[in-house]
Amino acid sequence: MIPELGHFALILALCTSIVLAVVPMVGSISGHSGWMAMARPAAAAQAFLVSLAYACLTWAFVSHDFSVLYVANTSNTSLPLIYRISGVWGGHEGSILFWCFISALWTGAVAVFSKALPQVLLARVLSVLGIVSVGFLLFVLLTSNPFERLFPVPLDGASLNPLLQDPGMAIHPPMLYLGYVGFSVAFAFAIAALIGGQLDAATLRWMRPWTNIAWMFLTVGISLGSWWAYNELGWGGWWFWDPVENASFMPWLVGTALIHSLAASEKRGVFKAWTVLLAVLAFSLSLLGTFLVRSGVLTSVHSFAADPTRGLYILLFLGVVVGGSLLLYALRAHKLKSTATFELVSRESALLLNNILLVVACAAVLLGTLYPLFVDALGYGKMSVGAQYFNAVFVPLMLPILLIVGLGAMLNWKRDKLTGRSTPLAILAIASILLAALLSTQLLSFRIGAVASLAMAIWVTSSTVYGIVHRFRNKRKRLSAVMHTPAAFWGMSIAHMGLAVFTVGVALTSMYTEEQTVRMQINDTHEVGGYGFEFASIEEVRGANFNAAEATFNVRQGDRDLGQVVAQKRFYDVRQDTMTEAGIDAGFTRDLFIALGEPLDRGTAWSVRIQTKPFIRWIWLGTIFMALGGLLAACDRRYRRVGVRAKAGDVASAKESNNTGLGQRPAIASMAASSTDNASSPG
Amino acid sequence: MTPKRKQRLMLVSLMLAGVGVAVAFGVTAFKQNIMLFHSPTDVVAGAVQPGKAFRIGGMVVDGSVSRSDADLAVKFNLTDHAETVPVSFVGILPDLFREGQGIVAMGSMTEKGTFSATEVLAKHDENYMPPEVAEALEKAGQMPGTEAVFGSKTVVQP
Repeated sequence: MIPELGHFALILALCTSIVLAVVPMVGSISGHSGWMAMARPAAAAQAFLVSLAYACLTWAFVSHDFSVLYVANTSNTSLPLIYRISGVWGGHEGSILFWCFISALWTGAVAVFSKALPQVLLARVLSVLGIVSVGFLLFVLLTSNPFERLFPVPLDGASLNPLLQDPGMAIHPPMLYLGYVGFSVAFAFAIAALIGGQLDAATLRWMRPWTNIAWMFLTVGISLGSWWAYNELGWGGWWFWDPVENASFMPWLVGTALIHSLAASEKRGVFKAWTVLLAVLAFSLSLLGTFLVRSGVLTSVHSFAADPTRGLYILLFLGVVVGGSLLLYALRAHKLKSTATFELVSRESALLLNNILLVVACAAVLLGTLYPLFVDALGYGKMSVGAQYFNAVFVPLMLPILLIVGLGAMLNWKRDKLTGRSTPLAILAIASILLAALLSTQLLSFRIGAVASLAMAIWVTSSTVYGIVHRFRNKRKRLSAVMHTPAAFWGMSIAHMGLAVFTVGVALTSMYTEEQTVRMQINDTHEVGGYGFEFASIEEVRGANFNAAEATFNVRQGDRDLGQVVAQKRFYDVRQDTMTEAGIDAGFTRDLFIALGEPLDRGTAWSVRIQTKPFIRWIWLGTIFMALGGLLAACDRRYRRVGVRAKAGDVASAKESNNTGLGQRPAIASMAASSTDNASSPG
Repeated sequence: MTPKRKQRLMLVSLMLAGVGVAVAFGVTAFKQNIMLFHSPTDVVAGAVQPGKAFRIGGMVVDGSVSRSDADLAVKFNLTDHAETVPVSFVGILPDLFREGQGIVAMGSMTEKGTFSATEVLAKHDENYMPPEVAEALEKAGQMPGTEAVFGSKTVVQP
């Protein structure tokens, strides 16, 4: 009964979405206020209905309803409750329904938090979000219905892939989807702006927190995927340039360019058409990512069961959405002209350079990811592009970004000179190189690549800190100035320093990882990276839904005993899968990673892979800082004071370069004070 | 030519040069890292020179896996049901490696006609067969009955 209810709710949701997609858009073009007013209730109704459908599917999972085909394929009576809840998005059909759920939530959120937006704009934005929902709901109902029944009802289900039975893996898809679907909000605004022929500061200011939050979720999602790969795949790697990893990384690169371009567009009115294009591209890449993962064209870490009709549908949908939006861009972008100018040394320049580098990096990754597909589709055989290609193109593009990150945040808008700061900056640069050389020799061994990367990370951190100090240099009431600094500034600084931490992790792990694959018997000792590993014991243990061979290793460093590391080889009951649970001794400055291979000689010996990985945790620590920075920037109070519905443009457009349009702030003194404050403030 | 025009010409030439260099690097890096896939039939027919890195895929022949006693060397045979290629590998085989199931291996042919693998990958769809291997088998004319496994998830190996 409940699955049928869910199915019915889904069909109703589709009808509501069609209304949402069509009526307000037509109303916005023809001027019908009543039709435009339908946008918010339709969005709310859609959100309710999709949530209902999702809740029904979750109920079917939690209550072990194996008469539903999807539940029978994905769940099992022995599956713990938490993985029954997360298993809803573990298979294809459920994950697409989950996408619809997240999309409905974002649409609903936009409908709720948009009281200050002009009706015409809101109608168009919600209609575009409705179009996206229609696409995905149709996809679910036509090709991937999770509510299909199964008769005769099996006694038990096939269970969830054991690799997904991990907390990090459980939360990874929701975070990713929140990010992907969040970019649809920026996309909707971009389309609305193109249709309306204008993109004003109030709209841009409204877009920024939403895009920042979407970007934050995507950062967390990708980071979790990497974390999971490290912990669960048993290879000790954290990024493989696998097509599906790339599929999530490309929207992230464009999304990063977007949040920076939005800053310039909002503050100075420049790069408007470019920002719109980036918003379209970010969402298009999200959709492309969906296509790549779900169509079965890829053999990769993530390939789901292939069904050509699904791939065809998504391809058509992609063609309509991307083709349509790019066509609209080609026809209407000329209306979004920017009139402001800027000099060579200015924040706009730095942001432009940032954008160029990120977009080129994305294009390089796109080439490497799509090329094999094209070659295969054209019948020229199957080929793959190795990880070295991606590293060879990506790393050189990131170096200039690291160099300008700290610098760009300090520059003024429109025109700046570095004369007053060039000496301190030069000192910082030299100090970074020296400190890096010192640290590298003391902690590890001297290697030019490591010194260079460390130097850049230290440079980013020190130039960011210098920027913070410099900002408060000339303020008389320092504490008050610090307290009144907008959250966005701290968010930016934290995110940039997160980038530095990330760079340290990546560089040091890549260069100093030591790995050995050896054959070990009980009481054998092996030395890797300065640590001694002794194979102490092996025994059979029983887990919740698996049997495991558990090996214990004693670890020493010199004469210091560092305790024990436990590694398992698991054999899951239902699916008969084998899985490696690596033993990891986590540390701030290094991880010790032990993975069991196979039993040899009828179990008297095992092949074991032992690795020492310096500073690998810094990779995910860096991404946490970046996400935190994004969240902080989105919570900036200035975004919540957009003011009442603007009729045409902003209420208070002060000087051209300080167009913050704070809306209802009658006191001129406070306006002037905030204007000067904003003159040297970052995005 | 006016000074302004000269300046613009310089700027444009510089940009073109920069783009040209970047594209050249990118394409070179790309070309050097492309790896083709060949089936055992291709290999036996002599389509690949010894020493050149490529990927080979096929079914692991039942009963052909033999591990050495002293170290981590392992030998097995790979087939597409038309031709068979012996493979040698030193290291840990992936969890999904099983006799009678499909795998893909990266490496190169030795002079003696063995495939020396540097990496063994087992990536499955629900039919326990990597798509490249399935296609190779189809081409060779023999597609074994796919196991109807009650499960639609893919298991993961990089």
